[in-house]
Amino acid sequence: MTDTPQRSRPLRVLAAMSGGVDSAVAAARAAEAGHDVTGVHLALSANPQSFRTGARGCCTIEDSRDARRAADVIGIPFYVWDLADRFREDVVEDFIAEYEAGRTPNPCLRCNEKIKFAALLDKALALGFDAVCTGHYAKVVLNEDGTRELHRASDMAKDQSYVLGVLDEKQLAHALFPLGDTVTTKEEIRAEAERRGLAVAKKPDSHDICFIADGDTQGFLASRLGKAEGDIVDESGAKLGTHEGAYGFTIGQRKGLRIGTPAPDGKPRYVLDISPVNNTVTVGPASALDVGALTAIKPRWCGAAPTGPGTYTAQLRAHGGETEVTAELVDGSLEVTFTEPVRGVAPGQAIVLYDGTRVVGSATIASTVRATAGVA
Amino acid sequence: MAYLDHAATTPMLPEAAEALTAQLSVTGNASSLHASGRRARRAVEEARETLAEALGARPSEVVFTSGGTEADNLAVKGLYWSRRDADPARPRTRVLASPVEHHAVLDAVHWLGEHEGATIEYLPVDSYGRVHPDALREAIARNPHDVALATVMWANNEIGTLMPVRELAEAAREFDVPLHADAVQAFGQVPVDFAASGLAAMTVSGHKIGGPYGIGALILGREYAPVPVLHGGGQERHVRSGTLDVPAIASFAVAGRLAAEQREWFAREIGALRDALVEAVRTAVPDAILGGDPAPGGRLPANAHFTFPGCEGDSLLLLLDAQGIECSTGSACTAGVAQPSHVLLATGTDPDLARGTLRFSLGHTSTEADVEAVAKAIGPAVERARAAGLM
Repeated sequence: MTDTPQRSRPLRVLAAMSGGVDSAVAAARAAEAGHDVTGVHLALSANPQSFRTGARGCCTIEDSRDARRAADVIGIPFYVWDLADRFREDVVEDFIAEYEAGRTPNPCLRCNEKIKFAALLDKALALGFDAVCTGHYAKVVLNEDGTRELHRASDMAKDQSYVLGVLDEKQLAHALFPLGDTVTTKEEIRAEAERRGLAVAKKPDSHDICFIADGDTQGFLASRLGKAEGDIVDESGAKLGTHEGAYGFTIGQRKGLRIGTPAPDGKPRYVLDISPVNNTVTVGPASALDVGALTAIKPRWCGAAPTGPGTYTAQLRAHGGETEVTAELVDGSLEVTFTEPVRGVAPGQAIVLYDGTRVVGSATIASTVRATAGVA
Repeated sequence: MAYLDHAATTPMLPEAAEALTAQLSVTGNASSLHASGRRARRAVEEARETLAEALGARPSEVVFTSGGTEADNLAVKGLYWSRRDADPARPRTRVLASPVEHHAVLDAVHWLGEHEGATIEYLPVDSYGRVHPDALREAIARNPHDVALATVMWANNEIGTLMPVRELAEAAREFDVPLHADAVQAFGQVPVDFAASGLAAMTVSGHKIGGPYGIGALILGREYAPVPVLHGGGQERHVRSGTLDVPAIASFAVAGRLAAEQREWFAREIGALRDALVEAVRTAVPDAILGGDPAPGGRLPANAHFTFPGCEGDSLLLLLDAQGIECSTGSACTAGVAQPSHVLLATGTDPDLARGTLRFSLGHTSTEADVEAVAKAIGPAVERARAAGLM
């Protein structure tokens, strides 16, 4: 293994700038490294709000101005590209359809796969750029044979390789993550932004889904999908209550079930299953959430697809921990067995496989198999 | 660097800069009665006379404003309010406007429709974006008594098409309807004579003719008393209040005088450069479509507007910018996001096609080297932008 691409030769770089501090510092570092950097803000909403509210980190006109201000300070050209139509089709509508189908999607992965490292990258390459630069915390490592690997960021606490697990090697070959190979706390990134004269240094972090302005995912889904009253049942099928739309639930959810009668054992009940076909939500005890194996579809590999079964560590959500698995590609689907049962795995989520710090690939969870009691 | 965006703003003339700086350190409110005030007032009135002469207007017809946008708003809203309320028994509420106006007019007109009870009628335009006098005549004649005003720009800021202002004003006069024209782009490029035009009101701006930013004027016929947009101390015929910006006014007048004096030179020399640029673009990109009226007499001498099929104007802008060529897509932006130009849509251009536009606007500092830079860069840029396609 040698070096990350940002140090090898000057590149024509298109820096995606959300208006937040991370992408601004990333663009500044790329420019400082000698690359020919152009900033671009992606307009992802057809009707952007004028000002930021709450914890959103992008997509308002104010964010666009913040990005432009940062680009001006860095001294790079800056443009706004309208990807609202693509974003709506590929990310927002997919998000809604996934929830409607009873699954729990991660729109950030989807955006990286379909927008930042597809629509944006394709246009960038066509216009003569060599790479797209973002403020993600992850590392691209160039091997001596010319292949590239995606690795976790040096700072595990900030690592965002999970949401990049959908990138294939061709996409990685044109990706630049200047924040990934330094151990930096958020405070240090802010201090660096301050030092560089970037006014976004003090801007709050974004947490929520960027296209849901108020952070109310259920409200957003309800407004798009409407109310659809259905039953909440236990594992035997006995009706315990009603709900206003199965899409409003996530596997493992405990709050908001509003079931009048307590469970026979007095223990709390959790969402075990969501069935969009008969609009039913099944609840049960926490122990029933334990998953021993799963099948995941649409695998994407950072490099060659593995042959035969292998042992990996897996990550199941953006801020989740690691867990040991064995995985094997069977008829195009990924069959995963957990060494120790894991709790609360929802179809629609992405599973990202790691070999040490290296991202092996990712797939979308299609179905889970409950862990059998007593089996280690 | 090839600066080809003079329609956005043009470099300040040295004489105008000198006039500006000469006044900056001098104290005096032009409304004060003491010696300092009188000195300031003299500078303002001399500027007013200079500008009036440059525009074929009387000094009393020059109303200084903060720029073209304010002058447009004052004309459109002010004339609307005064004409609507002149006779409570018969309010005039119809506003006739060309659909290719600058947003300073278009949005003001739209606002009157949304908030002030106006009925907005957009006049038909041909494929060059031109309003024909008979179209205006016909629109007024449908009910001459309910028209508050008509507004048609002198020259289009995007595609450069000239309007038949005198004939339009004549049509309006037949019915005693005031016609306003935004002449921001026309001043200094084509003959602009307010008295001869027959207009009721006309907008001009400082920084488009080599004067300073933040100053403009509404040339306003003496019989009109639009309701003010800005209320206050009653300066400028009680039509536009606000302490007069003496340095900007003095500088604007110098730029205005030079714009009028050098107009023929400008039309001839800069017009020839523009023709060379059009030729160069057509040679490099044979399927490029020239926007606006192709006849030299029908368009601004410094405007060259193109549509490049299969390209995003944004992509072209980026690629040319990287080569040091500064131009514009010519369309309005929302937070930097290009929308298909309302001007092109009004001329019947397909919306997808309308995304691939570039406006090159030349000015007093333009050179053959600028044209050569475009000639060299445009072909490869269009090829590359086509590969990137439409998003």
